[in-house]
Amino acid sequence: MRAYREQAIVLRTHKLGETDRILHLLSTGRGKVRAVAKGVRRPGSRFGGRLEVLSHVDAQLHPGRTLDVVTQVELVHAFSALRSDWTRSACAQTLAEAADRVAQEGERHVALFVLLRESLLALEADPRDPAAVLDAGLLRLASVAGYHPHLRACARCGAPGEHAVLHLDAGGLLCPACAPVGAQPLAEGVLEGLRVLAEAPWEDLDAWASQRDGRIRRSCAALVSSYLAHHLGAPLKGWELVPR
Amino acid sequence: MDYEGPIQDLITELGRLPGIGPKSAQRLAFHLLTVDATDARRLADAITSVKERVRFCEVCFNVSEGPRCRVCRDERRSDEVLCVVEEPRDVVAIERTGEFRGRYHVLGGAISPLDGIGPAQLRVKELLARLSDGAVTEVVIATNTSIEGEATASYLSRQLQPLGVRLTRLAAGLPVGGDLEYADEVTLGRAFAGRTQL
Ligand SMILES: [Zn+2]
Ligand SMILES: [Zn+2]
Repeated sequence: MRAYREQAIVLRTHKLGETDRILHLLSTGRGKVRAVAKGVRRPGSRFGGRLEVLSHVDAQLHPGRTLDVVTQVELVHAFSALRSDWTRSACAQTLAEAADRVAQEGERHVALFVLLRESLLALEADPRDPAAVLDAGLLRLASVAGYHPHLRACARCGAPGEHAVLHLDAGGLLCPACAPVGAQPLAEGVLEGLRVLAEAPWEDLDAWASQRDGRIRRSCAALVSSYLAHHLGAPLKGWELVPR
Repeated sequence: MDYEGPIQDLITELGRLPGIGPKSAQRLAFHLLTVDATDARRLADAITSVKERVRFCEVCFNVSEGPRCRVCRDERRSDEVLCVVEEPRDVVAIERTGEFRGRYHVLGGAISPLDGIGPAQLRVKELLARLSDGAVTEVVIATNTSIEGEATASYLSRQLQPLGVRLTRLAAGLPVGGDLEYADEVTLGRAFAGRTQL
């Protein structure tokens, strides 16, 4: 089997043996790749600090029987600013957790890679409300992973409109005809908030977060969290730890 | 295929240890089968007594044979400087340098959102309690340079800032004896950011 080269972001790492690590990488061309970095925990390893979680690298890998082996790494971007700031670190790691959950091994998914990189860059730009960037990133991640939230039309029958009911299982809004009896309508401002999180340019998130009252933001955040938990099968572990 | 009885039990138990896969567990188990009974007994005793006799120091949460560990019992050490580490083995590593004469606080890990480990799972509350009487004037944060260690350092500095103690972080940078040109850009970048006045 031939060696191959990929741009990738490190999603998580596990210790292996005395000095190795297993890495989960989100690559541009092969989706999730699980690979071994040999000797990476030894001080003075040739990989140095390049293979930490969140690092964007250009890596050469050698296919192995169960896990591929990292043979060379060049750093594209370290996202250092995210590491030394607890709030942004927690947001970034939660995004990596979500990407790790939705990415499939051996399945090319450029949009997922691009989106994760964009969200990390948005966090790096030092937003006033990093948690809003996280929630936006998560909703968009769900969307490119096949769980697009329908926020402009009924998720069942397609009737366009500002429907008041959000249904997790249906994957978005439901019109009065499709909504189950007794379903709780969204509070004022929440639908608009979800649309901002799902669609607005990253740099507009701060403006939304700063002028809306805390209750709307908290409702939106809680809905994003349950939406992800519902479609990923379990809540994201990092989400709860993010200071808000 | 599974082996019969005790040997399979041993393989299963060894396989639960960190860093030991099924193959290594099998290799170790068959090795133990060939050693002297006295050697095997010594290993079994060591495992049993570590569970019976070793506990965590009630002050700093280092490993200890009594209620207080050796460092906490040592009256010649300074109470003014407190070094915060992730694990007891970090205490050993720092003690080996002979550079530090203060006390320790062992957190019992690092904040790791991906594993669901937050500040509440670490001994952060106990750290804040130790700092409440004002005897400590400097806290050295000596967590790892991994993403978890950095997150923990940032979290702690935010929590401790209001207390007015001097906060320091171990310098991260070039390995001693290493050539600058071989350092990776992350390490070199950190060394640059943490440069010191001469
Ligand atoms: Zn409908
Ligand atoms: Zn102690």
